[in-house]
Amino acid sequence: MSDTFFSAAPDWTWFIIPYFFVGGLAGGAYFLAAALEWFGRPEDRPVIRTGYYVAAAGAIASGLLLTIDLGRPLRFWHMLFQSENFPGLMFKAWSPISFGAWAILLFGLLATVSALGALAEEDRLHSAPLRAVGGVMRGRGLAKLVAAGGGLLGFFVAGYTGVLLTVTNRPIWADSPWLGALFLASGASTGAAALILLAPGRGATEQSLRWLTSFDNKALVVELLLLVAFVASLWSIRGVWLSFWGFLLLVGVVGFGILAPLRMHGTPARAAKLVLLGGFLLRVATIMASEGIEHYRVAGGM
Amino acid sequence: MAAPQALGFFTDTTICIGCKACEVACKNWNQLPATNGGVTKMSGDSYDNTERLDGIHWRHVKFIEQFDGPYNGRWLMMSDVCKHCVQAACLEVCPTGAIIRTEYDTVVIQSDVCNGCRACIAACPFGVIEVNPAAGTAQKCTLCYDRMQVGLEPACAKACPTDSIQFGPIEELRARAQKRRAQLQAQGETRAQLYGDDPNGPLGGLNSFYLLVDEPEVYGLPRNPQLPSKHLATSGTLSAASAVVLGLLALVGLRKRRMDEQAPAGPGPAAN
Repeated sequence: MSDTFFSAAPDWTWFIIPYFFVGGLAGGAYFLAAALEWFGRPEDRPVIRTGYYVAAAGAIASGLLLTIDLGRPLRFWHMLFQSENFPGLMFKAWSPISFGAWAILLFGLLATVSALGALAEEDRLHSAPLRAVGGVMRGRGLAKLVAAGGGLLGFFVAGYTGVLLTVTNRPIWADSPWLGALFLASGASTGAAALILLAPGRGATEQSLRWLTSFDNKALVVELLLLVAFVASLWSIRGVWLSFWGFLLLVGVVGFGILAPLRMHGTPARAAKLVLLGGFLLRVATIMASEGIEHYRVAGGM
Repeated sequence: MAAPQALGFFTDTTICIGCKACEVACKNWNQLPATNGGVTKMSGDSYDNTERLDGIHWRHVKFIEQFDGPYNGRWLMMSDVCKHCVQAACLEVCPTGAIIRTEYDTVVIQSDVCNGCRACIAACPFGVIEVNPAAGTAQKCTLCYDRMQVGLEPACAKACPTDSIQFGPIEELRARAQKRRAQLQAQGETRAQLYGDDPNGPLGGLNSFYLLVDEPEVYGLPRNPQLPSKHLATSGTLSAASAVVLGLLALVGLRKRRMDEQAPAGPGPAAN
């Protein structure tokens, strides 16, 4: 038996699962927008703007979900500042949850600034201070600089959630080193799927959408390979998948979330919806499979 | 005044009688509720009805029933508690700095700093920490830090009627534990072994260690507990590699699009 079976479940469930999904999606969407900001063409602007909007909304939702999940939500700032020594910073580079709190904050700031730039581009800002920020962000040099930082942070936010789970002593999570890479790939595929669904409403061109669909398919293949590596690395505790969550991983994530969209060539919007479903179910299955293992029952032989 | 020395517990499970006086004394001194939100729950499959360590049970006496038929068996009793690890997993991951190491080399959660993120719960290899629902923060044994500061021994050790729980300087406790193990082995109990007494062992040794008469797993103890950070480098590297692969796929796709558009000669939309 793995030594991880003697730990207790942290009850990271119905706020954390949506956070892992939304955070990954937001990070992936921003990364794609940033790639287009640097190497795209003028007709990619609708996708870029959509990416910034999705990232900003996702980052704000992530912060809210994380805060609501705390046992003492009003103390959320204790993760950023030393509560007994304010304004001393609270930061532990070796603790993914500490690193992640800062990453989410900075990613949210950059995504919001980029989104303001996008709103200014669409001439939809009416408040003078916001117009000023948005106007500054319309300068392509600064926009590219912000996009570079936000794109890296976006991928970090998408992947660190998996690393956070691995840097524990819980069954499944700490038994495999692949969760961070897997969540990152899922963040990329769901980010692309969100843009495929939302960007046409902002005037995305056929060429931009074709690139997004092509990237999404490649990301799904990477995700599938990482999922195989993840499950294979858990061979010594394979019995953990003999549950509803194992069934969900196989049918919901692999079947509906990866293989089905890869076979749907002519209907990118329908495929994108399935990718989003699969990305959400990936978080549900991997988190709940471990959460359901109760240490004291394992230990007591009950 | 000289710096205080490392203090801790040695629990000799062979003389525990399962009276749970330690659980009661702990709850009494630390003002922990008797039941969770007024709900009295029976385990239904054991005489042990408190079942586990959690936010309102900082001491828990495990009843391990080893029976092979109705007339052949034994009870193993073990008063379990936070191990006050020399290299503490909970302290390592805590993102608020709520978990500290005290001057007695014990590990304490400051309830007024903790924000209830529960990272420590998932990190602890022993399943010791849980949220106290009344406080909304993660809680566990403090080794009666308040009593130690005024020279008193922890409430559980004080209440233990058989001295199964012994409190004192770690070095002294280790010497006593080794003597007791040798005594048991000389008497024929060859399974007698110490768990967590080795400062060169897992987690740098445990400041709450045990004398067992079966394998650690039987008592619900991991054989080789680890710090959660041991996975950080591998997991982080694989994630970074995955990011590089996906980034390259995105850029190669953009380059291919550009080349495809430039390839056919003739009129078409101008590339920027």
